[in-house]
Parts: sequence; structure tokens; C-alpha cells
Amino acid sequence: METYVLLGADGRLSDEPAARDVTPELCRGLYRDMVLARRLDSEAYSLQRQGELGLWLQCLGQEAAQVGSIRAIRDDDPVFPSYRDHAAALCRGIGPEALLAQWRGVRQSGWDPAEHRFGVYTLVLAAQLLHAVGYAMGVQRDGTDEVVLAYFGDGSSSEGEANEAFNWAATVNAPVVFFCQNNQWAISTPTSRQFGAPLHRRAAGFGLATELVDGNDVLAVHAATRRAAETVRRGGGPALVEATTYRMAGHSTSDDPTRYRTEAELDHWRARDPIDRLRTLLDREGWADEAFHADLDAEADALGAETRRVCRAMPDPDPSTMFDHVLPGGSPVLAAQRDGYAAYLASFEDAS
Amino acid sequence: MTTTLSRALTTALHHALETDPKVLVMGQDVGGLGGVFRVTDGLQKDFGPDRVIDTPIAEAGIVGTAIGLAQRGYRPVCEIQFDGFVYPAFNQIVSQLAKMHARTGGAITLPVVIRIPVSGGIGAVEHHSESNEAYFAHTAGLRVVAAATPQDAHWLLRQAIESDDPVIFFEPKCRYWSKGEVADGPDLPMHAARTVRPGGDLTLLTWGSMVETCLAAAAAAEEEGHDLEVVDLRSLAPIDVEALVGAVGRTGRAVVVHEAPVTGGLGGEVAASLAERCFDRLEAPVRRVGGFDVPYPAARLESHYRPDLDRVLDAVDRTLAY
Ligand SMILES: Cc1ncc(C[n+]2csc(CCOP(=O)(O)OP(=O)(O)O)c2C)c(N)n1
Ligand SMILES: [Mg+2]
Repeated sequence: METYVLLGADGRLSDEPAARDVTPELCRGLYRDMVLARRLDSEAYSLQRQGELGLWLQCLGQEAAQVGSIRAIRDDDPVFPSYRDHAAALCRGIGPEALLAQWRGVRQSGWDPAEHRFGVYTLVLAAQLLHAVGYAMGVQRDGTDEVVLAYFGDGSSSEGEANEAFNWAATVNAPVVFFCQNNQWAISTPTSRQFGAPLHRRAAGFGLATELVDGNDVLAVHAATRRAAETVRRGGGPALVEATTYRMAGHSTSDDPTRYRTEAELDHWRARDPIDRLRTLLDREGWADEAFHADLDAEADALGAETRRVCRAMPDPDPSTMFDHVLPGGSPVLAAQRDGYAAYLASFEDAS
Repeated sequence: MTTTLSRALTTALHHALETDPKVLVMGQDVGGLGGVFRVTDGLQKDFGPDRVIDTPIAEAGIVGTAIGLAQRGYRPVCEIQFDGFVYPAFNQIVSQLAKMHARTGGAITLPVVIRIPVSGGIGAVEHHSESNEAYFAHTAGLRVVAAATPQDAHWLLRQAIESDDPVIFFEPKCRYWSKGEVADGPDLPMHAARTVRPGGDLTLLTWGSMVETCLAAAAAAEEEGHDLEVVDLRSLAPIDVEALVGAVGRTGRAVVVHEAPVTGGLGGEVAASLAERCFDRLEAPVRRVGGFDVPYPAARLESHYRPDLDRVLDAVDRTLAY
């Protein structure tokens, strides 16, 4: 299967039919989303280095895969993310406070999934793919036309649960789009040690409609995901989009990628940066003037400042909150533990 | 030799790979990266990718293929990257690995070791700080051990690899970087508890991440005139009940300390065994100090969740005052 490309690494549009649908507004919108996401990501990275976050997993380099795909579906289409999907989350109106809370260690998750139609991050790899299929089965039974989008990584595709999800979705014709950000690495493990056959071929074997797309080409990701989602929406059965991209940063702020990959490889991918690529098109076509870029710079600066401010302002939670929401029905045992611990803490106050 | 707990594990693995060609190390990122905690650092370089295997991300696969390799005569040492990621392998561990020997009337032995970095205290995100030993100790057919010092890390791991039993091997990740002596040989068999501090007034029974906490509590109690004994169980299945009964029979008072939630935790098993075996020697009920019955909380709350010196001393005071 050939990789679908609309905007080449040189920043030129191909003569694919979908290229005719590319408008200046679309490009400006996608460009803005990617620039803002990169700013948030780099601020969060710095905050981790300053000790304000316990950990951060960067989406650097994967902005096109995330922005292109989430902008291709409807705002009411539910999304089941993995854990590196900050650019997609930002597009769903999830702000820096919500995005950073989990990584600062003040909450287990950051936002209300129903409000944003965007699930909380799933750290146990591939589990969310089955949730997406089940949710899609509910959509079928409710007779509505949402398409469920589920993000996952190349490494996660090796989990049994991922393959159960693909098969299950195909057998029940679930309205779900599985979206793989194949960023070439799973911590230190390259895709050559995850896949015996390319993922898109495996997906076809399961009976999924497949797309293989240049994940650093936001326009191609957008067009391919839209195509997949609309087929799914019309009842055409589940689909899998494999987006070829690259994790430009370490796996996380705890990782040292120099132990397992080369500078030359990074250079190869630096030349394919998704934001630079779209910028080249905008500049060549004259689709974004100086005022646009000045406004966007100001907006990014404001987002950066807000990210720093809200992060530092997040207080440590009250200890009693760890007893909240364990069981929706509550439990007398837990209530006793909570009260006992509060009394225990109070005994120190009394003593001092 | 003085070394870190992490390094003591590395040298144990190195020794096993060197002396027994059937030993294999397998897990996610254990090769070039040396594992996320660097426990397997350098092993792939020395023994090659056929013996130190970077696996796909598939925990059921890691344990399931280890079972097959063991049937073929190999001795796999599996690494699960974090405690919270062992559950996809639960079927392979509980229904396959643990039961094969009994199911086949002893015809098949599965010398598989599963190393699991366990417990909290490192400020991690969810699923990276769980103390899930009770699930495995509850399963007949598994040996479960927890190493708290470099000496035990090294020798328990070597004993685990040499053993024909399947062994779940817990490594308290908050102790990976703590240093201690590793002697030239093991001073205890795998199943034995260790008295890490003698004392006459009360016995603290603990393991893994909490051994250090209990030693600190005992030191603090000494200043108040209380002489606490600390016993590290080391083996959580089977438990060295004789040693516990001996210790608590002498002191008459016991507090069990573990990081796992109290409900269904092994503290209950220990307390019940003591009640059955030395009820008439007990001067007070056996108390349990452990995690609360809540999911391991966000990092900024973990110091409230994990038993600390004060919570141990609180239970000690109540037990002494009973
Ligand atoms: C079930 C499970 N096993 C192991 C891990 C540890 N782990 C976290 S991220 C990761 C690599 C995932 O790679 P991939 O799916 O490609 O996503 P990426 O990080 O590249 O975005 C691993 C092994 C985990 N989180 N969950
Ligand atoms: Mg990946």
C-alpha cells in the first residue's frame, strides 16, 4: 500500500483529487492548532525540568497526526485517546490546567470526558481500544451516527487487547476509526520488533478498511481520516488509519533516547517537520499574512504564559480527596478510613 | 561488596546468564536500553539479543512464551515493566504458570521467574506504584518473594533462577538506588524470613519497600525506650510462619506493615496465622498498617497513602498500650 501524501516534504501540494479541497482557511486553522500544541508541549517540558511536573510525555513531531485527525471528525464524535495526545486534546477545548494536572500529580485525570467528548488518558496500553469498540456498539444500538475515534501507538498494537479490539470491531461492524500514530518507537523498541507485517496489512486481515498516510502531512491526515470516518458513518464498517510519524522527543522526560537512536535519524525527521511543511505552503501561496502570524505568535505566547501560571497555581490536593469517588455508592469501611485518617492528621495539629 | 539494589540484581542476572546457557532474560526495553530502571543494563551487549530479548509490548506474550520456553528446557527471567502492567499476563500467570506442574501430575516444571518493580514512593503517575503481591500469594503454585536489600536482591534472585518453581520476584522501586553489602554467598534459603533488627518489646513484620520504614520507626521508638524487633518476611508465599511465630511468641506483640491496601492484604494472613498459632502468647491484637482501600493516589498524595514512620509508631503505641 502506498503512503497517502497531499503535501510533500518540500511543501508542495500533490495532484491527488483531495488537494483540490484544500482551502486557505483549512490550512490556517490546522497551522494554528499545531503551533499552539507545540507551544503547550514545550512549556510543559520546561515545567517538568523545573520540577513543576513529575513527568511529561511530549507530542513533539506528532502534531499533524493528531490535529489532522481530530479536525477531520465532528465535534460530537467521541474520542478515546492514549496518553500523548495533547494536540488532539487541545483541539477539543481541553486547556493547560486540565492537561497538566495528571502529570503534576495532583489528580489522576484532568477533564470530564462527557464535556469534551474526549476520554481521559489511558496509560495501560491498548485498553482504550476495546472501550472505543464497546462505546461504538452503544452508538449502534442508540441509532445515532457518531463515529468513535481511538488513538493508539505502534507499540500498543502488539497487546492482545488491541488485536481483540480490531477483530471485535470488524465482527460487529462497529462505527470506530482506530488511529495509529506510528512514531517508529515504543520507548526503546523500534517498530521492526513490534510488527511482523505492517500494521495496515494486519488491519486489512482483520477486515478493517485501511489507510496508510504520511502522518507529518496534516492535509493528508485530514483527508484520509475524513474519508475513513465518513465511510464508517455511512455504515461501511470500522477502519484503521496508520499515520507514519516520528516521536521527536524522548519517550518521556525520564527517558534518554540517545541510548538507542541516532542523531542522523533525528535529522531525517527534522527535515519532515509537520509545522514547517505547512508553513512552506502558506508562505508560497500567500495564504497567511504577517498579521496572521503576529496574532498567532501572541496567542501562543499567551498560551505559554497561561500554561506556566495555571501549572504553578495548582495546589496539592487535600488528603481526604483520595477517599472520594472510590465507589459511587460509597462504603462505610471507606468512610471510617477517611475519618480515621483525618482524626490522625488532626492529632498532630493538636500536639503542635 | 557494597552496591545498589539495582546493581545487585544486574550482577545476579549476569551471573545466571554466564553460568547457565539455558537462562534467558526477556521483557520490554531490556536490551539496548537496559530496562527503564537499568536493571538489565549491559546484559544484551554481553550475551546477545537471543539471550536478552527485547519483546513486543505484550505481557501475556512475555509470560506465555516464557512458559513454552521453559517446557523446552530454558529458564526465562521475565521483566514486567511496572507493577500495574502485569495484569494483561494474569491468565498466563494464574491459570497456566501456577497450575501446570500440578495439572500434569508433576510431569512439567516451569522454572520461570517474573521480576516486577513494585510499590510507590517515586512520584509516579497511575499504574506505576501498586503493591499487588496479594494476588499472586493467593495463587497456589507460585513462589512470591520480595527483596528489600542488595544482599537479598542478589541472592534471592539467583536462588529464584536456580529454583524449579515459578517465582514472582518483587523489587521495591523506591529502594533501587539504596546501597548495601552483598556477601559472597546466600545466608538464608529462599523461603526464610530474616530478623533485621532484634528487639524484645514488639515485632514489626514487614517486607519490600516498608523494611526501611520499619527500621526507622524502630530507631525512633528506641529513643522513647521501646525495643522493637523488625522481621523482613522476604518470602510472601510460602510465608515462613515458624519464624514469625517464634518471634512474636517472644515479644507477645506484633504489627504488620505493608504498602498494599489493608483489606485482603497479606497482613491479614499474617495476623490470622499468629492468632491460630500463638494466641495464648499475644498480649495485644495484631495490628495492620497499610495502604488505604483506595486506588493508589496521585503522586502528590502518596506520602499520605504509604505507611510512614509516624503511622507505624502510632500503631506501635496502641499495641504497646493495649
Ligand atoms: C500494558 C502496558 N505495558 C507496558 C507499559 C509501559 N509503557 C508505557 S509507554 C510504552 C511504549 C508505548 O509505545 P507506543 O504504543 O508506540 O506509544 P508511544 O509512546 O510511542 O506514543 C510502554 C512499553 C504500559 N504503559 N502498559
Ligand atoms: Mg510509538
